[in-house]
Amino acid sequence: MRFLFKTDYDDDIRLFPHSGYVVSYGLLIAVLLIAPYVLSSYLMSQLVFVCIYATVGVALLILTGFTGQASLGHAAFLAIGAYTAAYLQKYNVPFPVYFLAAGLLTGLIGALVGFPALRLQGIYLVIATISFAFIVEEILARWESVTNGNEGMRIKTLSLLGVAVPRDSPAFYFLCLAVLVLTIVGTLNLLRSPTGRAFVAIRDSETAARSMGVNVALYKVKSFAISAAITGFAGVLFAHKLSFISPEMFTLQLSIEFIIVILIGGTFSLHGAVLGAIFIVMIDPFLTYLKDDMPGIIAGVAATFGAGAEAAANVQAKVAAFASLNGLKGAIYGVIIVLFVLFEPLGLYGRWLKIKLFFQLFPLYKRATFKRQKIYVKSERNR
Amino acid sequence: MSYFRAENLSLHFGGLKAVDAVSFAVEKGEILSIIGPNGAGKSSIFNLISRIYRPTSGRIFFEDQDITEEPPYDIARLGIARTFQNIELFENATVLANLLVGRHRHSTTQLWQELLFLPSVRANEKLHRRRVEQVIEFLDLEPYRDKLISGLPYGVRKVIELARALCSEPKLILLDEPSSGLNVEETDDMSFWIRDMKSELGITVLMVEHDMSLVNRVSDRVIALNYGRVLAMGSPAEVQQHPDVVAAYLGA
Repeated sequence: MRFLFKTDYDDDIRLFPHSGYVVSYGLLIAVLLIAPYVLSSYLMSQLVFVCIYATVGVALLILTGFTGQASLGHAAFLAIGAYTAAYLQKYNVPFPVYFLAAGLLTGLIGALVGFPALRLQGIYLVIATISFAFIVEEILARWESVTNGNEGMRIKTLSLLGVAVPRDSPAFYFLCLAVLVLTIVGTLNLLRSPTGRAFVAIRDSETAARSMGVNVALYKVKSFAISAAITGFAGVLFAHKLSFISPEMFTLQLSIEFIIVILIGGTFSLHGAVLGAIFIVMIDPFLTYLKDDMPGIIAGVAATFGAGAEAAANVQAKVAAFASLNGLKGAIYGVIIVLFVLFEPLGLYGRWLKIKLFFQLFPLYKRATFKRQKIYVKSERNR
Repeated sequence: MSYFRAENLSLHFGGLKAVDAVSFAVEKGEILSIIGPNGAGKSSIFNLISRIYRPTSGRIFFEDQDITEEPPYDIARLGIARTFQNIELFENATVLANLLVGRHRHSTTQLWQELLFLPSVRANEKLHRRRVEQVIEFLDLEPYRDKLISGLPYGVRKVIELARALCSEPKLILLDEPSSGLNVEETDDMSFWIRDMKSELGITVLMVEHDMSLVNRVSDRVIALNYGRVLAMGSPAEVQQHPDVVAAYLGA
């Protein structure tokens, strides 16, 4: 175990507390840079989605993880970013301009959503953001002159400074990676400055934050705006990656996927957003694989346990019918959320920290280290 | 003109008069204690000053400025810091982060500067950090700098709350029961710190307290409240011998 001897206030400020971090993150970046030349095109495509989901995850962490304002409406912010890009692209606006415009517009709308949200807390805020998402979805479907309604919009190949960047090229992956890395660095910068601390203060005690001079309303709106803007940027990349967008892509289920990203990754650290993004992007092919192969496997098992060919086929058909039920995916997501909240509230990153500590302290690790501490008297009166 | 002044301050919840036409003044550099039985309206007065409640009537002046209509976050900016009776710390943050929030009223950096963490932001952070370190030293909090609040014992939290208030470099500090839940030694420490806050840091202290030994040790003046009304005002000894105060505590 390494002990840090701090000799300078910079020791508390720097992003990498010691050289070990530089080495490990350097290695990670190196791996990510050579990935497109090693991995198959399918995995590359998945990696691009991981970058996009992780970007949204970071955005959601700022709002939900650090400011404590739950949102089930981030699919709508993503949609606004995506549609802004698609609309502006029709008028031959260059990529850097519509990329920024999408972020700004989404940020502005995020701030507008933030204002009514000032008076809402907890579950009521969740309902308000869900309603917002439904309103946006409905607008996208009805405002045909701009959004082309339910027929959706095509997005042309991205062209950056005159160079075409196809959606499955390494260059597009690097663009997504760059956006993710910049988002993470910006967020980390924010978290070590007064604004980030004000966010955390609002999350933990609005009363105390207020009496320390934090303008709670202003910072909540700021948090909404920043979170929405980042999601808007991710939306542009999302649109380019899919090359076609329509309202039914930005449903409640997508918002729930974003919540899963941070819930499963861990809501207390930005690592969580990345781990959660990997989880959510990789679980989809896994579920598809189960759906395709599970009936056959179960039938095979049934056959080895003495079921006749007819009975085995019967079992296979039943399992297949179950596996292709509507809404099964949503149910599985629900179960995953419940299990994580119950058994791994700190998420995947929390699990990683536990494993790390286990080896650092071996053989003295105590499970109780990560038990939630009892919270003493806390008044809810003066919210 | 006095430093801090409340004039005919009232707070009514329907028919209940939590605070009823209370007037008092605090002189610069003094320690004024408010005492009274439970429900006398002591904490309500604090909540009125820090604008958690809006007064039904009456006015509050600080440094000859009417602050009755100021928004809550501006109260801290004017130089009034407070602690809470039931500790209100930022549970899932480190002690340092908590104390740095206390510096919030001195932060001057803009959002875009912070996103890029420009040298000016770094310089500001170091300045805040240095000020926080002075408070840490003043209150002997060195062992806890990087600890999470949620893992700390009650007595330490109480001190951290005081530290957070001091980090904002207040001119007037409102202490809501600084000794509640503390043992004898901790209460002793607290009384020295309150004294030092006055003599070394030049802070005016307004305090609500039940522990009469602490009140006697540190207060310059005492106000006794009951049912939202002022019963007596004066030196600690005078107030304790006042017949109305004795009646309020012991029954007539």
